[in-house]
Order: sequence, then structure tokens, then C-alpha cells
Amino acid sequence: MEIHRYEKIWTAAALLLIVGLIATVTYGAVGPGVKMVDDSGGTIDAGSLDETEFADPGVERVGENEYEVHVVARQFLFEPGTSEPIRVPANSEVTFYVTSADVTHGFEVAGTNVNVMVIPGQVAEVTVRFDEPAEYGIVCHEYCGAAHHTMAGQLVVVPEDEYDTEGS
Amino acid sequence: MAYVDDFPTDARIVRWNMAVAFAALGVGGLFGMIQALHRTDVFRGFVSSADYYTVLTGHGVLLALVFTTFALCGMFTWGVTRSLDRSLPSARFAMTWFGLMLVGAVMAAAAILGGVVPSIPMNADVLYTFYAPMQAHPAFYTGLTLFIVGSWLAGLDWFRTYWRWRGDNPDERIPLQTFMVLTTMLMWYISSAGVAVEVIFFLLPWSLGLIEQVDPLLTRTLFWYFGHPVVYFWLMPAYFIWYTVLPKLSGGRLFSDPLARVVFVLFLLLSTPVGFHHQYTDPGIPEGFKFIAMTNTMFLLLPSLLTAFTVVASMEHGARQRGGEGRLGWLRKLPWDEPAFAGCALAGLMFAAGGFSGMINAGMNINYLIHNTLWVPGHFHLTVGTASALTFMAAGYWLFPQITGNRLRFRSLATVQPYLWFVGMTLMSNAMHRAGLAGVPRRTAEPQYDSVTFQGVVGGVSEMRIQIAVGGTLLFVALVLFLIVIVGTWFGGDGTDTIRVNSAIPTPLSGPEHSPRILDNLKLWTAVAILLIVLAYGLPLWALVGDGLLTPGSPPIPV
Repeated sequence: MEIHRYEKIWTAAALLLIVGLIATVTYGAVGPGVKMVDDSGGTIDAGSLDETEFADPGVERVGENEYEVHVVARQFLFEPGTSEPIRVPANSEVTFYVTSADVTHGFEVAGTNVNVMVIPGQVAEVTVRFDEPAEYGIVCHEYCGAAHHTMAGQLVVVPEDEYDTEGS
Repeated sequence: MAYVDDFPTDARIVRWNMAVAFAALGVGGLFGMIQALHRTDVFRGFVSSADYYTVLTGHGVLLALVFTTFALCGMFTWGVTRSLDRSLPSARFAMTWFGLMLVGAVMAAAAILGGVVPSIPMNADVLYTFYAPMQAHPAFYTGLTLFIVGSWLAGLDWFRTYWRWRGDNPDERIPLQTFMVLTTMLMWYISSAGVAVEVIFFLLPWSLGLIEQVDPLLTRTLFWYFGHPVVYFWLMPAYFIWYTVLPKLSGGRLFSDPLARVVFVLFLLLSTPVGFHHQYTDPGIPEGFKFIAMTNTMFLLLPSLLTAFTVVASMEHGARQRGGEGRLGWLRKLPWDEPAFAGCALAGLMFAAGGFSGMINAGMNINYLIHNTLWVPGHFHLTVGTASALTFMAAGYWLFPQITGNRLRFRSLATVQPYLWFVGMTLMSNAMHRAGLAGVPRRTAEPQYDSVTFQGVVGGVSEMRIQIAVGGTLLFVALVLFLIVIVGTWFGGDGTDTIRVNSAIPTPLSGPEHSPRILDNLKLWTAVAILLIVLAYGLPLWALVGDGLLTPGSPPIPV
């Protein structure tokens, strides 16, 4: 098969670009350790969340500077998040467990890497570090019904000393 | 002699397919403008925020499925009959698939319109992706099924034409246009099987109450098995035009026929085992499978990058035939005032930009930043919304005279139209991309949330909103201009004009005789494609159905 010289150069450059892109992602995974959401959260019966660890969703301290947050998404609120903000201390490592009680939702903490699909029957597990006090908005980014655009919440990272004194 | 004189029956089939395609484009485009004005808060008098999602569903289904597939059927019918120089075997069979697709499209559209028209007792505002457990009226799923079965029969029609030709020409190479049509349809048969299984075995019986629950992750996975290949089902007809018609419009000929075949074989092989890249942020799918899908996705860049080379090289060749000189000076010699050429060239240019944002989407961990943000519609308005749509419109300018026998009317409107589309899309999609980087979500009726502040990366959020509204309006104006030209051309003559264009395609600089015969072995490539899919999807699907086909399940939630 006859291939023009420039065409060969172009193809080689294209392959180099492709391999390079794959390499950057691989580096992101093994170097800085960017981890994808996967099946570690396990499955759950969306119809009876009351009988699971999602019966009483909220923030729980599980170790020195380590917290777990269980969040239930349902039409059209996050619990916790919408009626009361999710509160975690600064300088902590927070693992979110998010599941849905009805339809498919999204859980995006705007301005962070926390951006997952919330699928009925599945538990999304994602861990993130919060170093500084800050306030973040949470949006549902998957259409979930006629009032989807009202589904939002807040995450507040409070200074460590304030968090302890509140005893929450 | 125009195409319509040689193939009057086939020309009619092409016309009807194109007519339905462009009618869907008109309605879907109107919905698009309504959305652009509503969600940017510029004008909200059309619908309420709750009804916004009905309009959004209509926009997605009418444009991404109905417009693209009917346009493809028109262009492919023309390409097969032209390149094989023989009619479709049976007009009745052609009307069967056309009728099935039309009835299916009308059923789905009626179910969607039921969301805003109270006299239609149906509802289907489940968006283009129809994720369970949100449920649509059974008419929506039935319509989709008929539509897809119709498209399968259309493919069978082209294969039948090819088999007959093969009987008469046992030793010839498959003509390039027919080769492209056949590889595209093989890809479509393989990939649309996913959505067919989803709809026929799960969503339809579930909407009829025959089964009580479905597994949302499984149906979602079956959707995306089809959901990315369908992108190539829109793009491959655009490539078909860029490879076979654009070089001629540029004044030259295709650079390399063998490379064009390689590109279409690569699409057949790689289109389907990539779907998981739409599910990077889904729970329930192991990271390793996501990584495999990512490598496949990245290698799918190769056929597009090769296309960029061949198409630009062919355009340069054409420009030099017209007297173009210099390293870049040849660009001035291209027929930029020719609407068919300008539309294809501008579409290709924007597709390059869309390709780069696609690389970001495909990057597994970078995807966290933009998943389900406004970046994503920004991206696909460059691919399907420009690369495909503008190319199909440009092809319409060139094809309509040949399938009606009338000269192109309102030529000055046609000359302006591709540029107007280009400007409108530049404004809208660049603002969408940037808003996405700021975290603004897609698929929502509101531009702003009370409890959320989005940090603009460059410029302000309100400035992006204005760009989206202005861009969306310009796009609709361009669409109206296009429809005026096409309707004027179709009905503005008696079919006896002397036409300035013809269907003849010059032979490529490097012809099919330079390529190995194995490239035409479609059975081999189909087998390899299926093997790759089994490798990419076998284990994950096995894991998903391992705990039962319908569990963890969800009962229907009406919308």
C-alpha cells in the first residue's frame, strides 16, 4: 500500500499524541493517585434504605481527621446538604457515600473533584481532602424530574477549632 | 443528466428522507433556541421551567436521532445507487423502511409533545438518554423500536443493492462510497443491538407493567453501549461527504482512497468498545474496565486525525488546481463563496475544535472536572451540531438540485448561511465550554442556584449567558435561511432547469488499486469488531447481570 511521506509523519504524530494522552492519565492514577469512582461502594436496595446505613444519613467521625458522610439523594433534595449544609472540619479526609432513593441523580461539589453519578441500587464512594475552610455549592447534575433545577445543597468546611467546640 | 433523470425512483426516496430530516431539524432547532433563551434567563415566555425538560427531550431526540438518521438514509441511498450505478432493488421495500422509521419517529415525537400539549394523553420528558427508573409512555419506547428496526432494514436495502452488483462484478473493488455505507451500517448493526436489548427486553415490558423493576445501572450501560457509537453514526455520513464530495467541491480529487478505507474500517472496529467512557463517574463499575474503555476511546482519535490529514490534503490539491500557490496562500483560492463548499469546510474546522474538547472528555480522570457540566453540550454542539449538521446542510445545497432537477434558489441566502451558523456556534459553544469549567451543570432549566456560586475561569458567568443566548438565536436564524433555500429549490421550479452541478466524482489521486484487497473483506472486520466488543464488554456485563437481570432494581418513577 502506497502511503505518502507526510501522511506517515502525520500518523506517527497522531499515535504519539494518543499514547501520550493515555500516559498522562496513567500517571495521574499512579502518581498523584487520582482514583476513579468504582464498585467499592457496593450495591443496596434502593427501596428500603431505612434498613441500611443510610437510615440516618450525615457526618460521622471515624478516625483522627477522618470522616464519613452518608448522603441520600431523592427528588429534589440531598439529605444532608439541602435543608442543612454538610459540615466537615478543615484539614480532614472525607469519604462520601452517596446513593439514591428514587431516580438517577448527580452529586457535584462545584469547584472540587467530587463529581459522581448517583444511581439507584449503587453506592458511590469518593474520598477527598479538605485543607482550608471554605463553602462549596452542591448541585444535582443529572436530570431527575420536573423540579431538577431546584435540587442543590451546600458543603461547609469549618476551621478545625470551631468544629471541635461545637461538638458535632 | 442529473441524478434525478437517471434514477427517478431513488431520487424520490432521497428527497423524502431529506425532507423528513430537515423538517425535524427545523422543529428541533426551534426547541434549541427556546432552551437557549430560557436557561440563560433572557426570555422565559415560551415554557415553564418544569416544561423545559419536554422541550429539551424533543430537541435531543429530533436532532440527535431523527434528523441525523433520516439525513444519513437520504445521502447513503444516493451514494450507493450512484457509486454502484444501479437502483435499489425494490421501491416497495424502500418505502417499507422509510415508513417504519417515519411512524416510529412520529410516535416518539407525539409522546414527547404530550408533555406540553394537554390534549395528547402521553408523556416522555425523559431526555434523549431515557435513564431508568424515570419512565416514559410505552408509545415512546415503541416508537424508538420501530425507528431503529426501520434503520436496520434501510441498511439491508443497501446491502441487497451491493450483493446484486457483486453478482455482476465479482472481481471489482467495492466503490468507495458503497464501502463507506456498508462499514457504517455494520457498525450500526453491532452497536444498536445494545439499545435494542435495553428497550425491547427491559424498558418496554417495564413501561407496560409486565415486569416490576429494572436494574438502572444495567440499562444505563446498555444505553451507552449504543450511545457513543451513535455519535459515529452521525459523523460517518459527514466523513462520507468530506471524503467523496468535498475534494470535488474544492476543485480537485481525493488524496488517498486506501486511507479512506482504513479510516472506515477503524471506525467499525473501535466505535463500540468505548461506551464506558460515558460512565467514568458511575459507581458499580470497576476502574479497570473504565481504563480499557479509555484506551479504546483514545485510539478512536486515530481515524479522525487521519481524516484531518486526507481532507485538508485533498482541499489543498483542489486549491492548487485552481491556481493556488504558497505555503498557506492556496487557502485563498478555495471557493469560499460556494455554500456547499463553505459549509463542509467550516464544519470540518469546528470539528477540529470539538475533537480537542473530546480528548478532554475521554481522559478518564480529567473527566471529573467537566462530567455533566455545560462543557459536554458545548462539545457535542461542535460535533453533531456542526460537523454533522452543517455538513448535511451543505450537502443539501449540492444534492437538492440533483434530486429535484431544479437550480438552487436564493443563492445569496445560501452563501451567508454557513458563516452565520459558524458565528452562532462559536459564541454558543465557547461560552458553554467555559461555563462547564466553572462547574455550571448541563440539563437544567436555571442558570443560577441560590446556594451555589460558580467561579468563572475567564470572563463572567453573565457574559457567558449572553453569548449562549445570542449564539442560539443566530443558529436558529441560520436554520431558517437554510430551510427557505431548500423549500424554494424544491418547489421553485418544474424540474427542467439546466443544473450547474452533477454527481460525478473524480477518481482519487491514489486509487483503490493501491490498497490491499483484505481491506474489502467485510466479514473479517466484522468478526474482529465483535471480538473487541466481547473483550471490552464481556466481563463488565457479566458482573452486572451476575446478581440477577433485574436487580438491584427500581420500580418505575413517573415523570
